[in-house]
Amino acid sequence: MTTRDSLRRLRGLRRNGGFRGWGGVMAMVVACVLTGSLTLLPLSRSVGQDAADFAQQRISTAVPVVAEDCDLLESAVRPSSADGNAIKTIKARKVPKLVVGIDQNSYGWGYRNPLTKELEGFDIDLVRAIAEEIFGDPDAVTYRAVTTGQRVDALNGREGKDGSVDLVVRTMSISCERKKQVLFSDAYFETGLQVLAPKGSAITGYDRSLKDKRVCSATGSSADAKLKTESYGAQRVLVPNQLDCLVRLQLGMADAIMTDNSLAAGLMAQDPAIERAGAQLPKEYYGVAAMKDNTDLIARVNKVLRDYSAGGDNSRWTQSYRKWLAKGLPGLTGPPKAG
Amino acid sequence: MTYPSNVRTAPPAAPGRAPARSSPAAGPSPEEPPTRAAAWVEGTERLRAAAATEPGRLRIIGAALALLVVAFGAVTAWEVSDRYSAAHDVVHRSQQLSADAAGIYSSLADADTAAASAFLSGAPEPVKLRDDYDEDIKAASRLLIDAASHTDSTGASDEAIKKLNEGLPVYTGLIEQARSYNRQGLPLGAAYLRYANERMTEDLLPEAKTLYDTETGRLAADNERARRWPYASTALAVLALGVLCWAQRRDHRRTNRVFNLGLVCATAASLVLLVWLGVGQSLARDNLNSAQERGQASLKELNDARIESLKARANENLTMVSLGAVIEKDSRTGVDEDKYEKDYQTAMGELDRALARAEKLADGGPVGEQVGKARAAYAQWQSRHKEARASDTAGDYRAAVTKVIDGKESTGHSFGQVEKALETSLDEKQRDFERFAAAGQSRLSGLAVGAGVLALVAAAGAVLGIGRRLSEYR
Repeated sequence: MTTRDSLRRLRGLRRNGGFRGWGGVMAMVVACVLTGSLTLLPLSRSVGQDAADFAQQRISTAVPVVAEDCDLLESAVRPSSADGNAIKTIKARKVPKLVVGIDQNSYGWGYRNPLTKELEGFDIDLVRAIAEEIFGDPDAVTYRAVTTGQRVDALNGREGKDGSVDLVVRTMSISCERKKQVLFSDAYFETGLQVLAPKGSAITGYDRSLKDKRVCSATGSSADAKLKTESYGAQRVLVPNQLDCLVRLQLGMADAIMTDNSLAAGLMAQDPAIERAGAQLPKEYYGVAAMKDNTDLIARVNKVLRDYSAGGDNSRWTQSYRKWLAKGLPGLTGPPKAG
Repeated sequence: MTYPSNVRTAPPAAPGRAPARSSPAAGPSPEEPPTRAAAWVEGTERLRAAAATEPGRLRIIGAALALLVVAFGAVTAWEVSDRYSAAHDVVHRSQQLSADAAGIYSSLADADTAAASAFLSGAPEPVKLRDDYDEDIKAASRLLIDAASHTDSTGASDEAIKKLNEGLPVYTGLIEQARSYNRQGLPLGAAYLRYANERMTEDLLPEAKTLYDTETGRLAADNERARRWPYASTALAVLALGVLCWAQRRDHRRTNRVFNLGLVCATAASLVLLVWLGVGQSLARDNLNSAQERGQASLKELNDARIESLKARANENLTMVSLGAVIEKDSRTGVDEDKYEKDYQTAMGELDRALARAEKLADGGPVGEQVGKARAAYAQWQSRHKEARASDTAGDYRAAVTKVIDGKESTGHSFGQVEKALETSLDEKQRDFERFAAAGQSRLSGLAVGAGVLALVAAAGAVLGIGRRLSEYR
């Protein structure tokens, strides 16, 4: 990367009119430091990177929404419909299809309908829209089931040839830690941890009412991590998958479930006798993830997301939301907005 | 010889009157009344006195001979009826209970496999698979009732039957719930199916295995008991024959007569009984040994193979149903793996080993041929499974499902062939076992009654033979 690129990048910042208050000043400082370090320490980037991609990159100007030192809402790359290196490579494949890591067990998001044996859900709709944008064919996708723990490795080719994917669209929360490992798109969904309990239960939320109650969560989930740090005297019940929590609750082996609000919607849709207890915990955002170098791919995803949410009440985002999620997660009007 | 007991309570009498009150059979010292030990001593002394004359000696020999052959007959009858009842238990009770326990074990495993297969086939479930499941549950319940009424209330079996009776309705309830959610197209159905499978593999199958192990253990113990050599009878036979020979030799020396018909009869009867005992018991042991080694040992391996093949099939289906919902870290490599795929591989490994052992035990023959077929189908199953997994990983779920459940090219077909070969082998080996065990039992039949009759004949012979000699002294 050259100094000229960095300058162009700065200009890009100004053109977008992103300087606002202290955030802007901070961003400028960060930009200066970045420019300096990049000129002094030449990075070995893959060759043939489109200059246009970099022109569209910018340093985020939005004030971080969570008390973390990065922006969770906006992607590091701007929307673009140009075919970069990554997309060209995918199109040149023997089987020119996008390989996407998905979940097959999250009702409403990504799940295999036992009747049709087809994948369905909000995430699957999004994958199809991305494939349509790139190939003009929503079916030009190879779906590969990846687990929560495999997501980052599958993107970075560490799961072997049979396990690597181009994109992960799998209710993946954007975090600063993960941003260091993968490249995220703009946030496309807002969620947070939520306690679920049977109707009429004495449990009032993530608070002292959980004392001596059996609270179920999936092993290794963020709900489990949260309960580990503060359980309010609850007994933890751990299962392999959050869906198993509903089985335990129905069989009287757990008193409450703690999971992502968005996934809670899927559980509530399958059992009308449970409801949310208390408010949702601090927000988290879902994003589409790709390998760090595949900037053109994420730029393309961001373009899809922009088109996806355009059109207000009739946007494709809203249609998909109504179809899969509105029943258990009512009241949303569109994806989370930056700034 | 009894001394009046009221002597001590009588008032002290004048020394002169004491002899008048003592017993007519005067003791050695009239002043000191003899004790009971002295009475015994008196008895031996009488015997010793009798042994001093020939008729007395003959009487003693006659009594000893009669006693010995009767003891020989009685002990033989007792030992043989113990062996016979053990063999009877093998044929009519423990074998049946062990086969029932194997039936419970495999019905349960088969029910779980049928439930998972039906689930994977989609809703509505294929009628055949649903019927298979229903049949399995019915068979398991029926066998459990039988087992409960036949088993002695000995710890392990009773406890296992109790737990199985408690667990079975819970399991079927979970399966019904899984079905009803599946029909609505909800993934919760698969979660229930997984939970039902967990209860089956963690609660029911281990109890069924305990029951099976206990019952086969009892069968082996009964068989072992039936095969124990009757040492006491043999020792008494040798002793009785020895004394008979000695008595005849003594007779010959004293009278110069070659034969004493009574004693010869007694010897012949004792010899016949000894030979009958020896041959009968040897043949029975041989048959029972064959039942154990050529029947039961193979049955165990074949049953093990059957259970493992059923477990593998259930896990193969569950891999396709669970869709990566349950991931476990491999304890050795630390790599995340699908639990059901891992369990499938474990069960297939066990199946392969059990088949290898069964093939070795079968040692050719029709069963060896069947086990060979099962091994070929096993290899085909493994390679087809690999193809199905490859399709699934490549994102072609439908093709993967087809390779698992549909038609002649599917792993389901290979599994069916393994099952068929194993069932044929099990039937064959069960028949072998029954044949050998029944033959073993029949070798011992009549021996106990025969022992009684022959012993009486021998005793009568001895008494008559000696009696004839005695009459010469009158």
